[in-house]
Amino acid sequence: MGEVQRAIVRDALAVGVATGAYGISFGAIAVASGLTVLQCCALSLLVFTGASQFAFVGVVAAGGTPLSGAATALLLGSRNTLYGLRLASLLGLGGARRGAAAQLVIDESTAMAMNRDNRADARLGFFSTGLAVFALWNLATLGGALAGRALGDPRDFGLDAAVASAFVALLWPRLTDARSRATALAAGVLAVALVPMVPAGLPVLAGALVAVLAGVRGRR
Amino acid sequence: MWAAILVTAAGCYLLKLAGLSVPRSVLGRPAVRRIADLLPVALLAALVGTQTFGSGEGLQVDARVVGLAAGVAALLLRASFIVVVGVAAVAAAGARLLAG
Repeated sequence: MGEVQRAIVRDALAVGVATGAYGISFGAIAVASGLTVLQCCALSLLVFTGASQFAFVGVVAAGGTPLSGAATALLLGSRNTLYGLRLASLLGLGGARRGAAAQLVIDESTAMAMNRDNRADARLGFFSTGLAVFALWNLATLGGALAGRALGDPRDFGLDAAVASAFVALLWPRLTDARSRATALAAGVLAVALVPMVPAGLPVLAGALVAVLAGVRGRR
Repeated sequence: MWAAILVTAAGCYLLKLAGLSVPRSVLGRPAVRRIADLLPVALLAALVGTQTFGSGEGLQVDARVVGLAAGVAALLLRASFIVVVGVAAVAAAGARLLAG
């Protein structure tokens, strides 16, 4: 393994530790929202997408049905499809390897596959990051869930505010241009306005309509 | 709950696989890409709103706003994800203690 490859693996491990660490907050928040340790670990193992997992838990915690949580999580999961589009030619995988790789498609593994000189390095970046994050995210989720179980009323620990801030933290890096900021503002205001008017879970899904309208209208 | 978890898991996996499998032309149209880019923005913003102000069937302003403000302050100071979440939790818990 050459110098470049060693550097890729080192970076992948660093990304794994950093990303995995916030799995602790997911585990604690999920358990505080009423999920069992097993349910929250299942989310991290099977869904393996931070924003979708936080969204699922957030909707359920706010009183929405689990299925509306699922719908919100799936809508957020659509960005992994875009990543897959970019990764397809970078990785050049077929059959069973593509099926396995799919599970690991997340923000970080995609980023680590890009801007590489050749396919082998792209695959190395993708898989080493994906596997590192997968292992650490899941261990951290378990740890956070068990620790969360040991706490009392989640509100005493401000965990409900923590969930809202998790979403802000996930949103923040995406507010890069005027259209994104306008979309965020419109969706946030609309969702809050709808809370007293429609069943729980729907106000957030209305946000998806804002995204569709904003996306369809713009040409630039 | 389990049904929803499994639906989410299956759906998210298929979304990931679809991107790796479907030809560019189908999913690469500009409007589709713009919508896909804006979906997380809109949904996350909506979640911020409902998580901060929603209470059962209505709205309520409480310690969560304090937590959110603290979290935003941490973000402006370029804090990491876990610090932002922690600061928000501590601020909200503190506000509740002070309020009685």
